[in-house]
Amino acid sequence: MTDIERLSYDVVVIGAGGAGLRAAIEARRAGKKTAVISKSLFGKAHTVMAEGGCAAAMGNVNPNDNWQVHFRDTMRGGKFLNNWRMAELHAREAPDRVWELEAWGALFDRTPDGKISQRNFGGHAYPRLAHVGDRTGLEMIRTLQQRVVALQQEDAREHGDPEAMIKVFAETTVTRLISAGGRIAGAFGYVRDTGGFVLFEAPAVILATGGIGKTFKYSSNSWEYTGDGHALALLAGATLMNMEFVQFHPTHMVWPLSVRGLLVTESVRGDGGVLRNSEGKRFMFGYVPDVFRAQYAETEEEADRWYTDPDHNRRPPELLPRDEVARANNAEVKAGRGSPHGGVFLDIASRRPADEILRRLPSMYHQFKELADVDITKDPMEVGPAQHYVMGGVEVDPDTAVSQLPGLFAAGEVSGGMHGSNRLGGNSLSDLLVFGRRAGLGAAAYLDSLGASRPAVRDADLAAAEAEALAPLEREGGENPYAVHAELQQTMSDLVGIIRREDEIKKALTELEGLRARAAGVKAEGGRAYNPGWHLALDLRNMVLIAECVAQAALERQESRGGHTRDDFPQMSADWRKVNLICSLDGDRVTLRRQPMVSMRADLMALFERDELAKYYTAEELPPADPAPAEEK
Amino acid sequence: MRSTKVTLRVWRGDAGQGQLTDYQVEANEGEVVLDILHRLQATQAGDLAVRWNCKAGKCGSCSMEINGRPRLACMTRMSTFEPGEPITLTPIRTFPVIRDLVTDVSFNFAKAREIPSFAPDPAVRLGEFRMQQEDVQRSQEFRKCIECFLCQNVCHVIRDHPENERAFAGPRFLMRIAELEMHPADTADRREIAQDDFGLGYCNITKCCTEVCPENIKITDNALIPMKERVVGRKYDPLVWLGSKITRRRHHDTPAVPGKQS
Repeated sequence: MTDIERLSYDVVVIGAGGAGLRAAIEARRAGKKTAVISKSLFGKAHTVMAEGGCAAAMGNVNPNDNWQVHFRDTMRGGKFLNNWRMAELHAREAPDRVWELEAWGALFDRTPDGKISQRNFGGHAYPRLAHVGDRTGLEMIRTLQQRVVALQQEDAREHGDPEAMIKVFAETTVTRLISAGGRIAGAFGYVRDTGGFVLFEAPAVILATGGIGKTFKYSSNSWEYTGDGHALALLAGATLMNMEFVQFHPTHMVWPLSVRGLLVTESVRGDGGVLRNSEGKRFMFGYVPDVFRAQYAETEEEADRWYTDPDHNRRPPELLPRDEVARANNAEVKAGRGSPHGGVFLDIASRRPADEILRRLPSMYHQFKELADVDITKDPMEVGPAQHYVMGGVEVDPDTAVSQLPGLFAAGEVSGGMHGSNRLGGNSLSDLLVFGRRAGLGAAAYLDSLGASRPAVRDADLAAAEAEALAPLEREGGENPYAVHAELQQTMSDLVGIIRREDEIKKALTELEGLRARAAGVKAEGGRAYNPGWHLALDLRNMVLIAECVAQAALERQESRGGHTRDDFPQMSADWRKVNLICSLDGDRVTLRRQPMVSMRADLMALFERDELAKYYTAEELPPADPAPAEEK
Repeated sequence: MRSTKVTLRVWRGDAGQGQLTDYQVEANEGEVVLDILHRLQATQAGDLAVRWNCKAGKCGSCSMEINGRPRLACMTRMSTFEPGEPITLTPIRTFPVIRDLVTDVSFNFAKAREIPSFAPDPAVRLGEFRMQQEDVQRSQEFRKCIECFLCQNVCHVIRDHPENERAFAGPRFLMRIAELEMHPADTADRREIAQDDFGLGYCNITKCCTEVCPENIKITDNALIPMKERVVGRKYDPLVWLGSKITRRRHHDTPAVPGKQS
């Protein structure tokens, strides 16, 4: 253990995407010495791939918008399984978080009166997404990155060292959280360049590691999305909730195979694009579920009028929440009405002039032109569903983002609850900002409560973390980690994918049992310096563990809701809505338990019509029937 | 699906030494160079160092030199090569090699930290900025930058003259200065430091940066040349000229360069 570098911080943020950087900025603002650990270079995190926008009820385009409407839309999108307090905080605070980015230099697209422009998106009642063309995530991460730099410049002036208060550790990966006495004490990991080990001693750790996409074969997620934060939390003794809810975004490229899974932004539909099958039919009109019937148009004429007159027409069904559209795309292909390469057609070319498409969707134009030889101003795109997001995550306190383990916080995709069973497009970037900031504040408050008593890392724990990290390099022989990874992805995509069945999930669990053993025995060739095979070998532990959580929870929940569709239990059940599924670790086994959901606060409940609530809630949960007609809220 | 074997000639080594190593790798229709590198890692060279992240042309991680041309591996389609010709992959040349195709690009993050940050009017409250689309558009073009650093790599001012690295920030960061200069809500004047501290004068507008930009940003025409014009405009402003002669100090609104003694 002599070559382990030891560093001491107040707060360690794991992950340098939107949530991680926003958390770090807040922790530093609260006077805490903060480290940001990034698996990639600074400014490359998966947030850069977000396209459509950041949802915030600023009311710039439609003044009827406000936080209550956003809250309602979010709860509907999540089919009322959301942690309602998180959905409330999110809807209330998102506008300030967006405006804050503007004050830090972000340049969003503008309305004619000079405000931040907002665009339509699936499930949002009004144009709500602040955006920059279709590269909003890049704008957000660059702004946060440049804000960190601005703070470092301030620190250079004040302390003589730009990294005195906030330092980014690029290309560094944490493999173990270390706790002591039931509290977080630090984080252990390796530096990619050298393969050297580093121990961050810190009483507060914020997980902001994103999602689990690399567990699946076709995913829009980047290399880093190996479920690190989910697994680190579980291994450290925290809990995960509702891991069965995995979002399959409806529109990704399906051809060429090389780019299968590359995201096609929902903005294409928000800006007028429609889905058609091989017969040229706009099929989404046939897929509006009962719970949304009242809000969506029934004819193409009404749907098309909505773009210019949203107050007197209902929304096009192409803008249903993502889970609905993904299932519809899947069903059309299964029914033999798909496109030549197994997708459906997404058509903007016949709907909008070429110059408008180029202005509003430049990245999509570029992506299809460069990678598929398709000119989206002339021809339809072939698209299909792929894994995109995980709604499940670390169980946290809504206000402070603290997990079940004191000192461990989580924000962004790695946390659970906010989005219920299905996330609305645009609600992720705002989630990162709102709860990133809250996690930073939560960590700072926790530190203040600790005083001088900081948990110490035990030598035995450090030695165990080091031995675990070295094992794939040191063992004599073993399987190729890339091969095991490919099999894991195949298993999850085939057996725990967009449509699930009991027998298939059980088969997956059996296969995962084998994969877990095999992942523990992989051999990484080569040395410690910048060795991707070694890194993958270490990531495999996380992916297999998280896959098991997803599969177990998917088997347990006998209903279909949002990002969890059971072929054998196709209905949504009011009884299941009351249940959160909690994963924890017992020894090295994943265990699952049911946990009742906390009832929604009465004033929030009152934002909905009783009739709508009755579609989701059991009779005894409903508020008493009001004899007077309910007012429009 | 059509599948063929291709010859990849990959630079393997570290800061000390290295050599080109030939590999025969399968390639399928529609694939890009990064796909082939991934297959090479998975089947023959598990420890091959390649930096990548999004595989969608959005993060700017997989910069390398492909047959000598600075490119993103994720956006370079295999169909652009002559069948049967070996494809040579080398690390970007301007920056020190860490291992195989991965280089140490920390120079860029250091330069980024030297540029005085966005400076809005502190009196404007949250949500009260008003900017017109036509005014934000110019800086928005520069903010499309994915920081792949291919422009930094290709610019001969530092590619062929490492001794200029101290005095020259490179196209990416001169463009960052232009972006802030043209930002409608920024209040600082960075023209003097663009010239004196970040080496705008070294740029002799050969447009190599523009040519390699995967985002097709007109770095030279829209950022660097207009910056040069602004700098010249300032120099020939008679009041500024007189002021600089009398006080020999920076103009009051010129921000100090962080980390540099002025």
